[in-house]
Amino acid sequence: MSVRRLAPPEQQPKEFAFSKDNLAWAKQQIAKYPEGRQQSAVIPLLWRAQEQVGGWLPEAAIRAVAEFLGMAHIRVLEVATFYTMFNLAPVGKVHVQLCGTTPCRLRGADELEKVCRKRIGDQMHVTEDGKFSWVEVECLGACVNAPMVQVGSDYYEDLTAESFGKVLDQFAAGKTPKPGPQIDRQLSAPVGGPTTLTDKSLYSDSKRS
Amino acid sequence: MAKLIIDGKEVDVPPEYTLLQACEAAGAEIPRFCFHEQLSIAGNCRMCLIEVVGIPKPQASCAMGVKDLMPNKDGSPKVLSTKSPMVKKAREGVMEFLLVNHPLDCPICDQGGECDLQDQAMAYGSDASRYAENKRAVEDKYIGPLVKTIMTRCIHCTRCIRFSTEVAGVPELGAIGRGEDMEITTYLEHAMTSELQSNVVDLCPVGALTSKPYAFAARPWELNKTQSVDVMDALGSAIRIDTRGREVMRILPRNNDDVNEEWISDKTRHVVDGLRTQRLDQPYLRENGRLRSASWKEAFAAIAGKLKSTSGKKVGAIVGDLAGAEEMYALKDLMTRLGSANIDARQDGAAFDPKRGRASYLFNATIAGIEHADALLIVGSNPRREAPVLNARIRKRWRAGPFPIGVIGDKADLTYSYDYLGAGADTLAGLAQTKFAEALKAAKNPLILVGAGALARKDGAAIASLAARAAVEFGAITDGWNGFSVLHTAASRVGALDLGLTPSAGGLDVAQMAAGGVELLFLLGADEVEVAPGPFVVYIGTHGDRGAHRADVILPGAAYPEKSAIYVNTEGRVQMASRAAFPPGDAREDWAILRALSDALGHTLPYDSLSALRQALFAAHPHMMHIDQIAPADAADIGKLAKLGGTPDKAQLASSVADFYFTNPIARASAIMAECSALANAAAKHSPLTAAE
Repeated sequence: MSVRRLAPPEQQPKEFAFSKDNLAWAKQQIAKYPEGRQQSAVIPLLWRAQEQVGGWLPEAAIRAVAEFLGMAHIRVLEVATFYTMFNLAPVGKVHVQLCGTTPCRLRGADELEKVCRKRIGDQMHVTEDGKFSWVEVECLGACVNAPMVQVGSDYYEDLTAESFGKVLDQFAAGKTPKPGPQIDRQLSAPVGGPTTLTDKSLYSDSKRS
Repeated sequence: MAKLIIDGKEVDVPPEYTLLQACEAAGAEIPRFCFHEQLSIAGNCRMCLIEVVGIPKPQASCAMGVKDLMPNKDGSPKVLSTKSPMVKKAREGVMEFLLVNHPLDCPICDQGGECDLQDQAMAYGSDASRYAENKRAVEDKYIGPLVKTIMTRCIHCTRCIRFSTEVAGVPELGAIGRGEDMEITTYLEHAMTSELQSNVVDLCPVGALTSKPYAFAARPWELNKTQSVDVMDALGSAIRIDTRGREVMRILPRNNDDVNEEWISDKTRHVVDGLRTQRLDQPYLRENGRLRSASWKEAFAAIAGKLKSTSGKKVGAIVGDLAGAEEMYALKDLMTRLGSANIDARQDGAAFDPKRGRASYLFNATIAGIEHADALLIVGSNPRREAPVLNARIRKRWRAGPFPIGVIGDKADLTYSYDYLGAGADTLAGLAQTKFAEALKAAKNPLILVGAGALARKDGAAIASLAARAAVEFGAITDGWNGFSVLHTAASRVGALDLGLTPSAGGLDVAQMAAGGVELLFLLGADEVEVAPGPFVVYIGTHGDRGAHRADVILPGAAYPEKSAIYVNTEGRVQMASRAAFPPGDAREDWAILRALSDALGHTLPYDSLSALRQALFAAHPHMMHIDQIAPADAADIGKLAKLGGTPDKAQLASSVADFYFTNPIARASAIMAECSALANAAAKHSPLTAAE
């Protein structure tokens, strides 16, 4: 954790307005809550605003959400600075969230971090072409497939330095790599096929009573 | 009632009490940082930990209710301890954690000597530090010209945030970031806009928020503390004036639950520098169109010379907004002796008449009574600007539950939501047809708040009558409740009306005197009137303001911290201001000036001391004797006022205060008030930030 600040003014767009689709969606979110409790929708709205802007929250978006929900500006800023999932500065088109919590560390997140530093640079640094940035995050809940990274809403799991490099290569080429385990494995099932309950007779009719 | 045994002492407390209140009822002292009686409970500082026998861990007493305790199986009372070894150790631990990131800069900290953290570290902390790592450092924030921030000292109690959100009603302060990196700030470091913002300085238990104008000015132990009352508005908030030598260093609030609770407005607090600048410290005399300094003798001789050629009927006096009862009484006495009926204290020309009864000009519901009201109609007033502390009381009531509020007049941000009914007197006349009338009718204790601005116009009497009619019509006058309440803006006004400082039969009022209806005009601190060329003007006052510029003779008087005087606040509460300092230079207390002047004019007033003057005052007006009390007013006067009738014109009802920071000569002389005013005017151009919470 560290002190989080809004991006410097020269990076800030002047205006923000929800797109037509997002506005309809936002109204739907607010309608979920009883009258006078529309402030409860602040996190979904900020999240959608971040998506719309391209992965980060400009000050104008914070202000717009506050006015949309009838909240004081500072109240929304509190929320935006509290949650690290809100990026306060621009990120690359491919924003890599690298899990750095214990299970991933034990399974080789250090190697992935070296790849990030070599290919992208420091955390929250955007490459010159505007394509890549990365950040270390806390546990993303995919410990079975450690180490892993998240890009957009996809998980890339069971990575090695080499396979992670390939994933980045494909992103660099403008393609979207196949999400999920990057080794021969079905989701989070055991590597190399099932290891328990393999006795076929378990499934024969004779065992049923 | 619930029985508890606290530190071996059995107490009976209501079940809605918190454990902290219960412990205090048992006489135990509980340290705290985040807890404050007037704010919501946060429970985040953990300093108030106590032991509840049966619960293995120490409990935050501020956040746990008596009724939350699980009863003992055998029905015996729960046992609490505030002094056990466990509590001692827990507090030491909490204190150690609080001090981990707190700088050791007490020697250069303005809070030093009156710091909760300092005091409680002495009382409840451990004697040595085990901490060897680096401390956190936090960037200081700009949050306005009144509050200085040294954010490294912040212990995250969030009192300031809760105050601005709950009491001030302008949610500008917030905590960004989280955990150790949490920082208190305003949105993008904008200046705060609340008129009550400086109270966060008092609330801050450490030196993170301190007073900017008072920075590095004095240490608390070198100050003389005088309890007094404020005159910046008509509330008469309880204040403490701190002086060093003959200089007023700062003004702090005192607790008075009947009036200001524990808040004061920024004007009350920061007008201090206005007491030093633009002061009149010697008599002046106008010669050949220019003012020159003179001796008292010369000044008096000039006035006596003028009086000789003037008949009593052509002498007049206008009393200003900051005058105490003593000097007003002395002035009236002097005018009577000079044979003049021309005396008026209503600089704004407001249609108050003592003959219509005291109830017709008092805030009859009382300030504390606002909390018993269940509907409010505001007529021609902006209480946020006219009396911010009273506005905070209205907001407190509004937050407490259903409280329909209707406003006729200015459509302003009052920090609470209201039904806007209209701008003119016709709305008031046709109130029964509005939807809001139902809310008023349904209310048991409706409150009709009438601003002084609504009555300070030609048709003022008609509007007062209309408001009184509404009060009678909607049941605001019942046994035990009088909801007809006038919010004055001048500290001297109610006292002046009590003393009858309005022109008696054949006398001229303020407008007629100022227009030149008299030849010799005394201004007792009257700076809000423009006197036409013609009359010989004698100005008795404190500052080189409008009155002094027009004056032919200036007699330098004493400002409110420099004299002992009686003030009657808007609800009719008689209060005494005490002398904390001395007037500068040759300036004298106003009553003494009048006494000396009367001698020079050959109509000597029969009192040689302040106590003799007070005796005469009390003999004539016995209710002035009862300090801190409200002499009951006759509610039947409201009915008579209602019958007065009259036709109001079509003009909009407006507040009498256009600029909160510039309402009197002391405030106008203050550089800090000027800065605040400029900021407020600039902020008014931007969109309002506030949101109802």
